[in-house]
Amino acid sequence: MVDIKDLEKAARAGKLDRREFIKRAGALGLSLPFATSLLSQSVHAAMPKRGGKFVQGSRHGGTTDTLDPGTHENGFMQNVVYTYANHLFEVDNTGELIPELAESFEASKDAKTWVIKLRKGVEFHNGKSFGADDVVSSMNHHRGEDSKSAGKSLLDAVVDMKKTGPHEVTFKLSGGNADFPFILSDYHFAILPDFNGQMDWQAGFGTGGFVLQSFEPGVRATFKRNPNYFKSNRAHFDEVETISLVDTTARQNAVMNQEVHAINGVDPKTVHLLGRNPSISILETTGTLHYTFPMRVTMAPFDNYDLRMAVKLSVDREQLVKKILLGHGAVGNDSPIASSMPYYNDKMPQRKYDPDKAKFHLKKAGMEGITLDLSTSEAAFSGAVDAALLVKDSAAKAGLSVNVVREPKDGYWSNVWNKKAWCACYWGGRPTPDWMFTAAYVADSNWNDTDWRTGPKADRFNKLVVAARSELDTSKRREMYFEAQELVNDDGGLVLPMFANYIHALNKKVAHDEQVAGNWESDGNKNVERWWFA
Amino acid sequence: MLHPVVRTILQRLGLGLITLFVVSLILFSSIEFLPGDFGEAVLGQAALPETVAAFRKELGLDLPLHERYFDWLGGMLTGDMGNSFSGRGSSGGTDRSRPVIELLAPRLANTLFLASMAAIISVPLALFLGITAALYRNSIYDRSVNALTLTTISFPEFFVAYLLILILSSFLKLFPSLANISPDAPFWDRAYLTFLPALTLTLVIVAHMMRMTRAAIINLMASPYIEMAELKGASKSEIILRHALPNAWAPIVTVIAFNLAYLVVGVVVVEVVFVYPGVGQLMVDAVTTRDVPVVQGCAMIFAATYILLNLFADIISIITNPRLLHPR
Amino acid sequence: MNNEDDLNPSAKAELADQGFSESDLGNHGYSATAEVTQIRARRSFRENIWRGLRSAPPTALFGLTVISLYVFFALFAPLLAPYGEAEIFDMSYAPWSDEFMFGTDQLGRDILSRMIYGARNTVGIAFVTTMFAFVIGGGLGITAAINNGGWLDNLLSRSVDVLMAIPSLIFALILLSMFGANTINLIMIIAVLDSTRVFRIARAVSLNVVVMDYVEAARLRGEKLAWILTREILPNIMPPLVAEFGLRFCFVFLTIAALSFLGVGIQPPTADWGSMVRETAGLIQFAEYDLTAAMTPMLPAAAIALLTVAVNFVVDWFLHKSSGLKD
Repeated sequence: MVDIKDLEKAARAGKLDRREFIKRAGALGLSLPFATSLLSQSVHAAMPKRGGKFVQGSRHGGTTDTLDPGTHENGFMQNVVYTYANHLFEVDNTGELIPELAESFEASKDAKTWVIKLRKGVEFHNGKSFGADDVVSSMNHHRGEDSKSAGKSLLDAVVDMKKTGPHEVTFKLSGGNADFPFILSDYHFAILPDFNGQMDWQAGFGTGGFVLQSFEPGVRATFKRNPNYFKSNRAHFDEVETISLVDTTARQNAVMNQEVHAINGVDPKTVHLLGRNPSISILETTGTLHYTFPMRVTMAPFDNYDLRMAVKLSVDREQLVKKILLGHGAVGNDSPIASSMPYYNDKMPQRKYDPDKAKFHLKKAGMEGITLDLSTSEAAFSGAVDAALLVKDSAAKAGLSVNVVREPKDGYWSNVWNKKAWCACYWGGRPTPDWMFTAAYVADSNWNDTDWRTGPKADRFNKLVVAARSELDTSKRREMYFEAQELVNDDGGLVLPMFANYIHALNKKVAHDEQVAGNWESDGNKNVERWWFA
Repeated sequence: MLHPVVRTILQRLGLGLITLFVVSLILFSSIEFLPGDFGEAVLGQAALPETVAAFRKELGLDLPLHERYFDWLGGMLTGDMGNSFSGRGSSGGTDRSRPVIELLAPRLANTLFLASMAAIISVPLALFLGITAALYRNSIYDRSVNALTLTTISFPEFFVAYLLILILSSFLKLFPSLANISPDAPFWDRAYLTFLPALTLTLVIVAHMMRMTRAAIINLMASPYIEMAELKGASKSEIILRHALPNAWAPIVTVIAFNLAYLVVGVVVVEVVFVYPGVGQLMVDAVTTRDVPVVQGCAMIFAATYILLNLFADIISIITNPRLLHPR
Repeated sequence: MNNEDDLNPSAKAELADQGFSESDLGNHGYSATAEVTQIRARRSFRENIWRGLRSAPPTALFGLTVISLYVFFALFAPLLAPYGEAEIFDMSYAPWSDEFMFGTDQLGRDILSRMIYGARNTVGIAFVTTMFAFVIGGGLGITAAINNGGWLDNLLSRSVDVLMAIPSLIFALILLSMFGANTINLIMIIAVLDSTRVFRIARAVSLNVVVMDYVEAARLRGEKLAWILTREILPNIMPPLVAEFGLRFCFVFLTIAALSFLGVGIQPPTADWGSMVRETAGLIQFAEYDLTAAMTPMLPAAAIALLTVAVNFVVDWFLHKSSGLKD
């Protein structure tokens, strides 16, 4: 199998010209900007400098935040945990999965047994040396009956986990999963020191490039550089302060007035104005973040295939990208697999706004003159209320009347999402198709917000996902995932009009690698250890 | 017989306790009626039925409502505000949740600091504007002060804040737009960082106090004793400062108390805009996550502030009014 | 008499807030002003208006003009607005031009049209909300005053104390989450929370009126409570209530704006000025780079401010007239 490293090597040795490189990288499932920047990076790598105090503003953070990785759910805490702690695996700035606290791993043929060898000579911030016990108790924190961890479901497949050496841990899974290491890179599964058989998160000690100095929930976290960090080419700042700046205007003011060096969550509406500030550069990453309008296929009238099709055809995706994202994003194709992800189905025709075809399906369903309630709230995503109004506008031209209901932000996820027949929603996305499908589209997922679980096509989809999970042959796997995407696109209840870019504003003093990760915002939320002052 | 001032104080404190009790009861049950609970709210989209159930069990949310309320009340009566729901470990065994008082105390200190800053600027300003407006009433000065202060209260708070940031922070670069003070900052740093939010609050409340001062003084101008003073040939400013103002204190102080209470209680929006770590934000977050003990703690502080400030205003009114101080 | 219980200092403050002294209301013996006011009240409605307008200062006339203009826009919004309230055009953020006088917003809706419809929705909602607040607060306040010291009075007064001790913005947030954030709930919740202050004023003012001989006479005649309330007391406490109406009315805009800041407010695509300020407020920070864009939030904000100033100019004039001062 060719992998991206080989391509890079070939490019560097001059064996591949630029066009060939892009073509082959595209075959690996990498998007074009991704591939080009990879190339330029390998041609001239920048040399990071050490020093300085980095202050960043995050659009997240609440007074209920805690240091317990099991309760992390917002971007502020993700960033904090990726700053002071490490994981067994890491998605690096090029989007590739690399070992972090793991040194190497070995999977059995059926991808059910995973032996992970751990890095030696690593110390926690309190001087305790890192070993298999820490991994076992860190993982057990999220497992078991009474676990309240938000990451619990991801480890459901782990039936057994043992220390098989001072620096070796063995996982046994109930079913094969070729992507298991990806799961271990999830932010919940930070490796924190073991204390009497339990993970000790209260003290805030990790192995990361920065030592947590203070943490005020909903306000700020401060860090100092870890002089003993095991990575030699990471963690360049001397000091770091991460501030919660929830109000968009306050956040943008802070970076414009040079009170912080970087912010995330720049409003697409005002990016062009913000970019005019001479001290600011805009950093955009295209990743897996997508905005959706899930229809619950078990609730009338969405149990009707033709009505669903009429709705899908009466959403003007181009206009949504133009007006809600102001072009800072990509049109979606009613499938949650982003073009930057492996096994993205690029053969599937793009669904277009087609009022006439929508009318045809509406007539076929016998539901002309029906009015549909679309629940929305700014809690779903920024601009969700406006997006729903655009859907209402475009659907009206297709003879479908939509009633936009603005729900309170407060309690949106517990009262509206997964309850109302049709609502607005967002997904941060997952690095692999298996993870994405398992999280929200397979029959036994609690987050299956389209409730698409039964029927011949859904059954076929569920079989495909399970089979593809343990399939090690890439081309067979590709075929299965292609078909799975077509099934979701055709029969599922998903309306996925757009993938949104993560937009950041950086002070021009801040430097970063050419390629910036798009799996989460802020360079995969590992910006603190990856960025530096030029 | 007790002195009327003492009697009023005791009476008001008694009523205040009852008010606190009812406030706690109302908020406790409102949050109960709100859809969703702490587990669901904190886990957000990631909430699984079994994790939510585990949260519920650990927090005692599976107990009947009255049992939980009396538990809380019992703690409150012994001076224990309880523990916040947040900060609990996501796995059994360790309970390192933080006491409400620990969450509340530093933020309350911040809130009081901001309120004092705003009060120090706004109260003298309002009194000065009010007295001078009464002195030159119906003049251009009076009309423009009125129109100007009315304009500032009619702008939404966040908008006043953005305007001040634009002018004083972005253009003139005099003050920082973030007021995220840290607990160990020295006094003058705090005062400097807090200036813009304090100024915003000043603009928001000064109109009410100023209009009150003006109205209270003008209200007395038709009184026979003022006419008497006029006939004696006292100057206009002398009449206002020596004759009218002492009798106008009661209503003025009441409105000042009302606005000071607002400075403590109603500043969520300003806190959000300036990223100021105060109690308002804590309470909104606690309501959103259904963190009942924290909501209750904040509400008790807010209600107590309101009650005490009103009591204080009434005492001043009584002291400045001989008829109330020495009843027949 | 027991001055402390009947008219506590804070109640007095509320009176004075409106520019009234206790003597105006007549419980301290004879007042020429009160008598003159009563006589004046017997003139016909039209006569009163005419006499008032002729003596009105320029500020009051300005206020009246602005208010009439707003009412005109509110009533004839569909005729005056060039485009529909929710009509979406292809151009988002169109610049100011002949076609779109104030440009378009993010979705491509004409801002001028939304401003005009905003007059109808905002002023309408604020008016209805304030009316409710006064019906509830005023009605209960007078009832409490008639029942002075009785169980009903105590119950109502203490309940109001409790409601006022809860931070109102946060309480509104909780209630809106509980009952759902539609316009009717929004109106009712703000009305109830606002009515607490109206209650205190109405009660304080009425306390001075219920002891008057003519109320006593009506009671002895055997009139019903409703008759006493509306025919005997209400006409005599109107001035301070109207004055309070002016301020409350304007504060409703601000409450709606603050609620929309916290994520609840009027259902889209209904245009209201408070939410319009909120949605576009962020543009103000880019004044250095794009002045017309930065002006966008100024339009609805100025519309609110102008109305507030206008209403209160009229209120000031009204208070001045009834205070008995000659200058």
